[in-house]
Amino acid sequence: MNWWSRLWRRKRMEEQLEKELRFHLDQHAGDLMEHGHSVAEAQREARLALGGPEQVKEKCRDARGTRWAEELIQDTRYALRSFRQRPGFVAVTLLVLALGIGATTVMFAVINSVLLKPLPFPEPDRIVVVHGFDEHFGEFWGFSYPDFLDVSHASRSLALAAWTYGGGTISAPGKPEYVDGRLISAELFATLGVVPECGRAFRRDEDRPGAAPVAMISYALWQRRFAGERSAVGKRLIYDGKTYVITGVAPAGFQLSGEADVFTPLGRSTDLRMQNRGARFIQVVARLARGITLTQAQAEVTLISRHLARQYPASNAGLSLRLHPLLQDVVKDVRGTLWLLLSAVGVVLLIACVNIAGLFLTRAISRERELAMRVALGAGRGRLVRQCITESGVLGLCGGLLGIFAAAVSVRPFITFWPHGLPRADEIHIDWRVLCFAAGVSVLCGLFFGLTPALRVPMHGLEQALRAGGRTISGRSQRMQAAFVVSEITLAFVLLIAAGMLVHTLLALSVLNPGFNAHNVLTGRFALSPKTLANPSAIRAAWQDVLDRARRLPGVEFAALADIIPMREGENVLMYRATPNPLPPYQEPFALASSVSPDYLKVMGIPLLEGRFFTEFDREGTAPVVVIDENLAQHAFGQRAVVGKRLWIPDMGPAPVQIVGVVGHVRHWGLAGDDQSRVHDQMYYPFAQVPVPLLHFFSSVMSITLRTRTSPLSIVEPLQRELRGASGDQALYEVRSMERLVSASLDQQRFLSLLFGIFAALALLLACVGLYGVIAYLTAQRTSEFGVRMAIGASVRDIMRLVLWHSLKMAIAGVAAGIVAALAAGRMLQHVVEGMRPVNVETVAVMIALLMTSALLASFVPARRASLIDPATTLRQE
Amino acid sequence: MAELKSNLPQGTLDLLILKAVAFDPVHGYAIAQRLEQVSRGVVQVPEGSLYPALHRLENRGLLAADWKKTDTGREAKFYRLTRKGRKQLEAEAAGWQRLTEAIGLILGMADGGAQ
Repeated sequence: MNWWSRLWRRKRMEEQLEKELRFHLDQHAGDLMEHGHSVAEAQREARLALGGPEQVKEKCRDARGTRWAEELIQDTRYALRSFRQRPGFVAVTLLVLALGIGATTVMFAVINSVLLKPLPFPEPDRIVVVHGFDEHFGEFWGFSYPDFLDVSHASRSLALAAWTYGGGTISAPGKPEYVDGRLISAELFATLGVVPECGRAFRRDEDRPGAAPVAMISYALWQRRFAGERSAVGKRLIYDGKTYVITGVAPAGFQLSGEADVFTPLGRSTDLRMQNRGARFIQVVARLARGITLTQAQAEVTLISRHLARQYPASNAGLSLRLHPLLQDVVKDVRGTLWLLLSAVGVVLLIACVNIAGLFLTRAISRERELAMRVALGAGRGRLVRQCITESGVLGLCGGLLGIFAAAVSVRPFITFWPHGLPRADEIHIDWRVLCFAAGVSVLCGLFFGLTPALRVPMHGLEQALRAGGRTISGRSQRMQAAFVVSEITLAFVLLIAAGMLVHTLLALSVLNPGFNAHNVLTGRFALSPKTLANPSAIRAAWQDVLDRARRLPGVEFAALADIIPMREGENVLMYRATPNPLPPYQEPFALASSVSPDYLKVMGIPLLEGRFFTEFDREGTAPVVVIDENLAQHAFGQRAVVGKRLWIPDMGPAPVQIVGVVGHVRHWGLAGDDQSRVHDQMYYPFAQVPVPLLHFFSSVMSITLRTRTSPLSIVEPLQRELRGASGDQALYEVRSMERLVSASLDQQRFLSLLFGIFAALALLLACVGLYGVIAYLTAQRTSEFGVRMAIGASVRDIMRLVLWHSLKMAIAGVAAGIVAALAAGRMLQHVVEGMRPVNVETVAVMIALLMTSALLASFVPARRASLIDPATTLRQE
Repeated sequence: MAELKSNLPQGTLDLLILKAVAFDPVHGYAIAQRLEQVSRGVVQVPEGSLYPALHRLENRGLLAADWKKTDTGREAKFYRLTRKGRKQLEAEAAGWQRLTEAIGLILGMADGGAQ
């Protein structure tokens, strides 16, 4: 019989034990009677020989080895019984615990799946990303295609693969639709270790100029357009006006910095930038060769890049390469935020635990007499300690179970709330690691608030405890309760400061001027009909037609084209100089360059400060012109009156371009990010002057922008209908109102302010409840003291002041202890949150005032009750 | 008679119980009787310790127990030796034998030394 079944059949075993001992006694007595003893004498003799039957039974039970489990069951029953007597206390405790453990579990589930779990590729820790690194500008992701080929050829320790963004209109099979695409090198799938769902990845010979056009499609597109049929492989796909043969289907959920539907070989791209060693638009991932460490591979690529810099100084001087594990690269934007939120949630949970520990302690003090009585009656100290811990452990585990349930329900909604999407979001699940974490946290919580009362089980001075128990309390336990409350206030104060700083930052950022008028502006990317893209004059005519049609729509005031839109992804940064002579390397300034049509300024409502903006006459063949922003004017010329001056922009050719106007600065990098961005200068040049060879490329990145008279989103549908084009294959996508883009640039700050606001409010509430509990308890203990004070002349106000001052002292101690931690939390926030303002005196002052007021409010009721004591009654009770 | 009785050395009760049940299944009272009779009254089993010891040995798998009718027709718990118990008995008995011999030798030597 194992111990479990012994435990299970406890009742039968008890009966058998009783029967066995009875048999022994009867047998013994029978023998004695045969030897001539009387019945009574024989029975007595037999009992004496055996010893006390209860003691023997107890020893037999010990021998069973199930003692601890039996006691555990007993203690659990006792705990549940005592919970039933206090349903309110238990309900509140469970609610607080479930919220605390649930929130912590959600955060851990996210961290577990996003930061801790390896990426879903074979040997994921051997996959790295390769970034360029420039001594002057720091790190950037871009690679040029010639550099990629050279590094790929030279490296022995890395197997490299390249990809870049693409996209186009699928016109057959099915109806026309714009989809995101990726251009990938043949090795990409093999490097990542991803096996196509069906068909095959590209071969090397398909990944070079002039090769026959082939494509892979995403799992989603395969389902959507080919109903998931295996015969899709080998079929034709008309994408971007050209016919491709489908070689394979990527597995479900495959992403390269976001989802894409069509993959085409990078090597056969006719993009002019493919030959340009200075055009860094390629991203590179690589797999470490067997037995090679990251450090060794880093050393090798450093050598290779040094070699390239010597060979091609014009484009590669000062350029080196950096390797990073892929996972680190994927999660680098959210890592800090996630840990920050986990610590904030952890602090709330800690406050909750301290709070519950305080309640348990108060109860333990009132039970001191009971415990002393039990020790006096022979209960072992270990047994009583175990009983206390069982009680809190049961509560902790119940809270944990509820918490896990709450986490399972809320983890999905939480992820969808995350601003700008969480990387690896679809990998987030509650798995066994999360369950272990939650169980561990619940047990720790249970131990934490059970331990303090358990350690109070009296051992010495029993007599004193028995006589005084529950009526007077020692200085030690008073100090302990005060310490609990002070630490709660300390933690709450840290969260209050963090929340206050976040709100302060959000307010400060949201009143910043974006530099344009976002009201009633609509933007959207636009794909022309693939048929027009072959012919430059047809491209220009098609764009003109799009603008004319858009402008004619009712409700539209102005329409313009732009290749980059403020506060949206996508950028084009060009080097410029104000003199014809090159500056020493790394001193050349950069500006954000935007190619626009003449009405752009009116659409965006950007103020014109000097000169003019573009007109219909700035087009191909006329003198090249630019309009710059006030920052560039100040930076390059030290003044604003610069109309007529010239700029040299190497990427636009050797001849200078003329400045015709100066406009206001636009916070392109978002309200939070623009002040810290590396590129502060901005310039605009006419889309009509984009040279013919670049026209095809530019057409793939152009967006249209509209100023409307009515709500901009109301014209999206008529706009889409109007712009579909003669062949019905033109598409408007990623349509956003400018107001939404401006607001989205503060999404992270808003999200964190909201969460920290909730955490801080909860923390403050819990701390106040804890403070109330302790003050109420202590004043109740001091009733007779107050009675004496009043009897000898203290007024109602004196008593109130006494109690309130007591609670205020604890609040002050909490703030004093928390100020350093709060400042440290502020530092941490500044690292994680873009545009974070440093801790300021006003926020600290407001939060201290809030905390003190709450503390006074929380202790007002006990103070009032204390002041209403009737001295005669209390003194009579003594 | 009291001075003739010996206190059982620590740990020997288990060995004696194992030996007592080695021949045939037997109930607790009979074990006590048997030990007393065989040792001619020298060993008196403390009955208070007998049952906890039986239960302990049963838990360790050295003894097994069945409820059977006695000659008088009453149900009693009969203990018998398991295979594991028999091994244990042999090992312990051999150990005990060696020890008593050794002790005897030592005591004999002390006498020899005095001559």
